[in-house]
Amino acid sequence: MALNLNPNFSEAGKRYFSAHSPGDDFYEMLITAHRDLSDEQSELLNARLILLLANHIGDIGTLREALDIAREGV
Amino acid sequence: MLTTYTYPKFEYRTPPEIASGQTLKVPVVVVGAGPVGLGAALDLQLHDVPVLVLDEDDTVSIGSRGVCYAKRALEILDRYGVGDAVCDKGVSWNVGRTFFREQEVYNFNLVPEPDHHRPGMVNLQQYYLEEYLAARAASRPNIELRWKNKVVSVVQTGKTVTLKVETEDGVYTVETDWLIAADGARSPIRRMLDLEIDGKIFMDRFLIADVVMKADFPAERWFWFDPPFHPGQSVLLHKQTDSVFRIDFQLGWDADPEEERKPENVLPRIKAMLGDQREFELEWVSVYTFQCRRMGSFNHGRVLFVGDAAHQVSPFGARGANSGLQDVDNLGWKLKLVMDGKAPARLLDSYSEERIFAADENLLNSTRSTDFITPKSKVSKTFRNAVLGLAKNHAFGRALVNSGRLSVPAFLTASILNTPDEADDTFAGRMLPGAPMDDAPLRDTGADCWLLDKVGNRFIALYFADDAAVLPAPTLAMLANLSCGGIAVQPLVISARPGRLAGDIPVLEDPRGIAAQRYDAKPGTVYLLRPDQHVAARWRTLDAKKIKAAVARATCNA
Repeated sequence: MALNLNPNFSEAGKRYFSAHSPGDDFYEMLITAHRDLSDEQSELLNARLILLLANHIGDIGTLREALDIAREGV
Repeated sequence: MLTTYTYPKFEYRTPPEIASGQTLKVPVVVVGAGPVGLGAALDLQLHDVPVLVLDEDDTVSIGSRGVCYAKRALEILDRYGVGDAVCDKGVSWNVGRTFFREQEVYNFNLVPEPDHHRPGMVNLQQYYLEEYLAARAASRPNIELRWKNKVVSVVQTGKTVTLKVETEDGVYTVETDWLIAADGARSPIRRMLDLEIDGKIFMDRFLIADVVMKADFPAERWFWFDPPFHPGQSVLLHKQTDSVFRIDFQLGWDADPEEERKPENVLPRIKAMLGDQREFELEWVSVYTFQCRRMGSFNHGRVLFVGDAAHQVSPFGARGANSGLQDVDNLGWKLKLVMDGKAPARLLDSYSEERIFAADENLLNSTRSTDFITPKSKVSKTFRNAVLGLAKNHAFGRALVNSGRLSVPAFLTASILNTPDEADDTFAGRMLPGAPMDDAPLRDTGADCWLLDKVGNRFIALYFADDAAVLPAPTLAMLANLSCGGIAVQPLVISARPGRLAGDIPVLEDPRGIAAQRYDAKPGTVYLLRPDQHVAARWRTLDAKKIKAAVARATCNA
């Protein structure tokens, strides 16, 4: 499974009239999840989130690809 | 400072009521002659409603202010008779560039979707728009414009709204059946009626400068995140008409607005951004903060709030004048039906409900843009910068960059005025009940025309046929007799083949099938269209009883 680098957000049963809406929905959820947290708590939330999503993806090849791209830009 | 534009001075005339001492009685008063107030007057005159417009000033918007007019606003301005003037004078831009620190991370080309009359947006200084609207309003017999007439008190009793109006020659009284408050973000009418508007102020300040470039500069939109010439903040450069460019600097909350707007402080910022060699002249400077808020209801008895008086959003995404024009587009026909006794006052509640739905969508989008542009926490900024870093090479990252989303009209899919699709009728595409209509190129007796120029201002039954020339007599008779309860429903046939109808039913030809495709129409498909160019209902087969029921529903007469 190759890493999908194209826009890929959607919510079941929801109809979108603008292409940016699902991505904006996700981004807002992400930022809202961090509201009122300290920097340290935010770091922990991010770590937990990455572990949850990585397990969901499961495929080590895909995860390796994502890790490589993420590391490139740091 | 201003050099490219000469402000008109509208003539003040002493109101005759000052000498006579009589109370002026009119059916509708609009307070505020900005784009939205003038739009309200122009909408109502299309319905033959006489309107008195009161404005405390005698010229147009000072400084460019609103800059970007999106497609739906342009289509509404077409109905008001100024769409061509705005599009001819305005500039179109397609290329947008996004920079992060020293680098351009990506650019996009917003190629307009083909086969629409109007583009996604044009840029034009607000004063031009107001000038065109004011000239158009002054030319209409049903509109009286009174400049330098300031409303100083408003009292609503039963079916009458009484205004005291102050002029340089004295005060007079106006009694009106309906008052449209288009008096802006600080709305004195709202304050005088002691009505609330709730929301939040954003703890940030922005410097806007209009500069005249002496040499060619591309007609593009440039957006910088954290640029070297203005570290830690954002900057927007946007082309307007007359070689004027809008530059928008984020300053932060601690900036001193008085200091920041001084030319000796503004000029170095712009020089740092453009590079020293580029010649320019400063035309206008302002420092602003903004709020995101709206009233709980946009109608209060006989007082109707429109535009910034009812709702305010951040400027990212150009949703001020654009949504205000959609307010009056929604309101005009409803007020006319209520005034004529053809619809109950409940229809005006639907104005408030539909436009609150749209205002909330605008608030959501502009708040999201604001949160991306000016992150409120360390982690939020980290995510923002990560998105910008990924955007350079990856499409998903580009889709998440939010430097302002283009203003698009709300799909009023939950409106009580809609008649839902029947279970057996399936439709593809997005022209569902509550949708703002998509345009399409058509032909009218051999000449090119646009669908949106042929609909609006009244209810229309849009009937799709393969060949209009061979429609059976019972179909024609049914189409010709759809009006009910004094509410006219005009039939309009879209024919795949060229042909003329018997009788008085107009026919438009759809030679390339684009209208049929956008409306997912088959021969026999019929759409009921509202006077504000929204879909009210649709069916696969023509049934007069169903159309009449849908008209009743769309006018709160059901």
